[in-house]
Order: sequence, then C-alpha cells, then structure tokens
Amino acid sequence: MAQLTMVKAINDALRVELSKDENTLIFGEDVGVNGGVFRATENLQKEFGVDRVFDTPLAESGIGGLAVGLGTQGFRPIAEIQFIGFIFEAMDSILVQAPRLRYRSGGRYSCPVTFRAPFGAGVKSPELHSDSLEGLITQTPGIKVVCPSNPYDAKGLLISAIRDNDPVFFMEHLKLYFSIKGEVPEGEYTVPIGKANVVKEGKDVSIFTYGAMVHTSLKAAEAAEKEGVSVEVIDLRTLSPLDMDTVVQSIEKTNRAIIVQEAPKQAGVAGELIAQINEKAIFHLEAPVLRVTGPSTVLGFPLIEEEWLPSPDRVQKAIKKVMSY
Amino acid sequence: MARTKQKAQSLLESEIKVAPITTFSVLSPEGKVVNEDEVPNLSDEQLQELMKRMVFTRVWDQRATGLARQGRLGFYAPVAGQEATMIGSQYALDKEDFILPGYRDIPTLHFHGYPMYQAFLWSRGHQHGGQIPEGVNVLLPQIIIGAQYVQAAGVAMALKKRNTNNIVITYTGDGGSSQGDFYEAMNFAGVYKLPVVFVVQNNRYAISTPVSKQTAAESLAQKGLAAGITSLQVDGMDVLAVYQAVAKAKERAANGEGPTLIEALNYRIGPHSMSGDDPTRYRIKEEPTEWEQKEPLARFRTYLEGKKLWTEEMETGVIEEAKNTVSQEIKKADQYPKMKMADLIDSMYETTPPHLEEQKAEYVD
Repeated sequence: MAQLTMVKAINDALRVELSKDENTLIFGEDVGVNGGVFRATENLQKEFGVDRVFDTPLAESGIGGLAVGLGTQGFRPIAEIQFIGFIFEAMDSILVQAPRLRYRSGGRYSCPVTFRAPFGAGVKSPELHSDSLEGLITQTPGIKVVCPSNPYDAKGLLISAIRDNDPVFFMEHLKLYFSIKGEVPEGEYTVPIGKANVVKEGKDVSIFTYGAMVHTSLKAAEAAEKEGVSVEVIDLRTLSPLDMDTVVQSIEKTNRAIIVQEAPKQAGVAGELIAQINEKAIFHLEAPVLRVTGPSTVLGFPLIEEEWLPSPDRVQKAIKKVMSY
Repeated sequence: MARTKQKAQSLLESEIKVAPITTFSVLSPEGKVVNEDEVPNLSDEQLQELMKRMVFTRVWDQRATGLARQGRLGFYAPVAGQEATMIGSQYALDKEDFILPGYRDIPTLHFHGYPMYQAFLWSRGHQHGGQIPEGVNVLLPQIIIGAQYVQAAGVAMALKKRNTNNIVITYTGDGGSSQGDFYEAMNFAGVYKLPVVFVVQNNRYAISTPVSKQTAAESLAQKGLAAGITSLQVDGMDVLAVYQAVAKAKERAANGEGPTLIEALNYRIGPHSMSGDDPTRYRIKEEPTEWEQKEPLARFRTYLEGKKLWTEEMETGVIEEAKNTVSQEIKKADQYPKMKMADLIDSMYETTPPHLEEQKAEYVD
C-alpha cells in the first residue's frame, strides 16, 4: 500500500470517482490547468478532459448555483470552494438551495452535490482562509458535514460523500494536507458517513474530537497515559449527523468526557454534542463534560494562532480536571 | 496646459457609451402591426390559443386574488399586466425545455404542464405543491430573488453536456436584476456559451421600490452587455414581440450561440402580493392609466378582431372555462390529503438518519 499525504489521498478519491461515474464533474476556481491551489485536483483535467474538470469564473455564488442546477439533472457535481472563508458568498446554495430541495419537492428532486473546502488554522494563512465554520453548516438540516483527520479516511469518506444522494460539505484541514502521511489502498473503498472511529482505546476518560485536533488530543492522551490515566480518543469524522451510538458506548465505559474542537467555544459542534450527551448518557457521567476549544473570538491572527489553538497542554489540563471529580 | 487638455479629451473619448435602446415590438398599443418583418409565423389557431391563454390567466388571477382575500390561498403574487410576457415566452418553448421560475411565474409553469391544483397547494404551503410531475421540466418557484438565475446556468450546462438541443429559460424581475446572482449567472452562461434565456420582467416595482431606485442604468437589458451576451429590450405587453424574441433566443441557444438576456417591459397592475401590499402608497397617480393603454389583452384582442379571429362569444367561452377550471382545481386542492410529520421528516434525506428516526417517534402515535 502506498504512503500518501492527505491531499494525494483526496486527489486519488476524485480520480476513482471520475473514472467510475461519468456524471461526476469537478469545478471551481483554478482547479483545472493549475490543479487547485493545493494540488488536490492535480492532473485530473489532463486525464479526464475540460468537460469533466473545469475552471469557473471567480464567483462562489455562481459556483454554488451551477452545482445545484447540475445536481437536479442527474450529475454529481464536486464543487471546490477555494478557501472556507469564501463560502459566505455561496451560502444560499450551500445552506438553503441544496439542503432543501428534496424536502421542498417532496422527493422529486435531490441534490447530490459535494462541496469541498480547505479550512483550519496552524499554517499562518491570511484571515478568512482558515476559520472553523462547521458549526454554521451543522446547524442546517439536509446537508451532511464530514471532516477527515487522516489520508485513509479522507479518501474513503470523500468517495462516500460523492456517492451520497444528498448534499455533503467536505472539510479538508489545511494543516493535514501535507503534514501527515498514511497508508492508502489503491482503487475504490469507502468509509461510511455517520460513523465515528475509535482511534485509541482507553478506560478512564473519552475525548471526542475531529480534524487536526485528533492529533493534538492523541499527544495529550499519550502524556496522560504516562501519568496513569487511560484515555480513549474518538474521531467523530462526520459532524452532521453525529454518531451518538459510538459516543454513548464510550461514555458508558469511561464515565468521563472531553470535547476538543478548533472552532470558537460558543454554539457549534461541541455544544451540540454536550446537549445530546445530556439527553442520552447523563447518568453514566461522573463529572461535567469539558470543552477544550478556541476562545469565543475571531480566529487568532497568524502571529498568535498557535497560542489561540487548543494545544496538547490545554487538553492535558482538561484531562486532569475531569479526573479530579 | 495644452497637454493636460489633450489628455482629458482622449479620456473622454475612451468612455464607453451605450447607444440608445430601441424597444422591440410587433404590435402598437392600439393593436396595429408596426413591424411586419417580425410578425411570428403562427397559425390562426396558435394566435387564438395565445389569446385564450391570456384571458384564462386573467380570470385565474382574478379568482386567485379573491380566494386569497377569503383566506383560501396562502402566498399569492398577482400577475395581471404580465400575461403577454408569461404566455408569449412559454409558448415559444418545447415541452423538453426547462423553466426556472420566480414565485410570480405560476401561469408560465402551468402552461408547461404544472397542474393548477398543485399551484394552489404550493401557495397554501403543502409539500405536494412542490412534487412536480415527472416529465414536466420545471423547477420549483424560487423564493430567493436571483437564485434561479445561477441555477439556470447549471441546468443549462447539464442540457448542453447531454447534447439535448433543449434550452433553459429563467425569470426574474427588475428588483432581481440588482442581485449579484443575476450578473454571476449571465457571466457564467457567457463563458460556457450555455443554452439559456434570461428574462427580466421589468414590471416597474420591486414591492414598493421603483426601477429608478434599483439602478442608474438606462435599461436593465444593457446589464447583459457587461457579460458579453446578446441583450435586448422588448415590449413585454406585446405577446407577439415576446414570443418572437424568445423564439429567436431559443434558436440561437439551441444552435450553440449562447445565452440571451431579454428585458420585457410590462406593468404589475395589482399589488406585489395578497399579504397586505397597498400600491397606492408608492405609485404615481396617473401611472396606472398610462399603462392601461398598453394593456396586453386589449391590444391583442383588437389585433385578432381585425383579423376576424376573435369574438365576444369566444371570450365569454374562455372566461366560463377558466372559472370552472379554477373551481375544480381548488376543490381538488381542498380534497388532497393532509401532510404527516413522519412523511416530512422522511423527505429530508434519502435515508432518514438515526437522530431523525428518534425525533420522528415523537410525532407517531
């Protein structure tokens, strides 16, 4: 099996689906000749032609509308939004038009669109390039939200997203594009949407996390193990809908939980997860569920973002605190 | 000094000027042919059909506004004054062509195959209103002004990729032409040479806001020039002019010559919607009379009477037919089964996820 970076794994997933289904189309800003600003679509135009992989004018709402229109006609559009902060220009398509189409038309139309966007801090990108905006999208019924933490999952989840008959928002963490390699099988395989992954088993406390924070949490877990605390780390992988079965099972075992997310603390995925844990597992808890997140501010400027982001140290402090009850 | 002057002159010369726009028309407001070369090639029966549809739509509109006043409809946007644009543009299409409408374009959808009782259900807020029958090539009435334009580019690209030879037509209003989506859509369609006809129904008001407050441009048609697409202005109260303009635009689109923007000048005689809009708050007093003289039905009636193709008897027949149809269709809407929460929940995704299954259980006995 090949050792690939996450961006190569994504490229591979796109290639698999372009080969398999001729209704699959890729478009966005600079995705053609240039292969995307991060090379996620590298060589795909060359291999599959300009009818299947093409550049668009610089207009995200146009990209969104194109995706929705094509989606109603049996195509499987994969629309790249060049950076997460640019989705605001396309919010009508992403949060209104695509997610509601099946419901509004009583099933006559559906919108099997995959919106891909890089996000995530830690690479000192300019502002509005790396915010964690998943909370905005997970608040909307009708669109699934997926966020892989490693190359294997990235490929398998992206293939699932493209094949899904409902819209999926696929979040690719900028820091993970090139920083980690992993084994990625050739050809097609899927990782199911809606299933979390137990990355590391443990007995004393469960950490629920996703994206780059999986790696931050694993570092903290290793350190805690040395001090005798057994930490379970669960990668949520899908943020909407949440895999509550896996979450509840873990809490039933450990009786303690921490949620680690890169996004600001207010509302968002961690808040939703706590609400559902409250409904489904409160009597299994020995301590309050803690959150380690960015503060409730706009994402920190590049020169302070490392301090802004949740660190292994802050996660370790939360482990100590949750164990003190 | 002389140098500065010279420079200033050349700068002025460099300014782009839009030539005065001539509105395309076939019939004068009095119903006389003013453009012999552009009279569409339609049979007597087809001409009568256009008139029947306009009369039918006017009666439907009167009944619908009445029903809305009685609280028997939900959201309803009156169409009187816009029949020529709606009927004429749809009549130039083939059944396989795709319509992406705004919420006022209900008669246009109806004549493309969308059943009237479903339009009533849609108005009331019943999910079945959106269940467009298979084989009827329309998308749902768009609520977000301008969103249908960018989606039209997507549908048109799909038709082009499938080599269907069919086209997409999409509608918005003068207000819609201020949206970013309006321009983005024309720009995309121009770049990819998509088979799409963009129609702007310039009915003079976006709720209360007049065109003069939407734009400093002399016409809405000229907005297409910036996107590099064929653009024209037609008399939107002249059904033959609208038909001819759309038929030509469709032909160009189907031949791979790309999109067209058509600004249709008409006038919304009634209020914006039946939800409390009062046009006397924003209209100039003399204005309705002025537009009444250009009224689409009267003008076409005069033209047909001149050709001995229309009689009072025919008109009465259509009025009766329209009244009966509306009564039957509203009855059909009344009798349609109520929605169930479980069905709604199950229509959110292809497969209902566990959290929604759980929530659904709260609504099932």
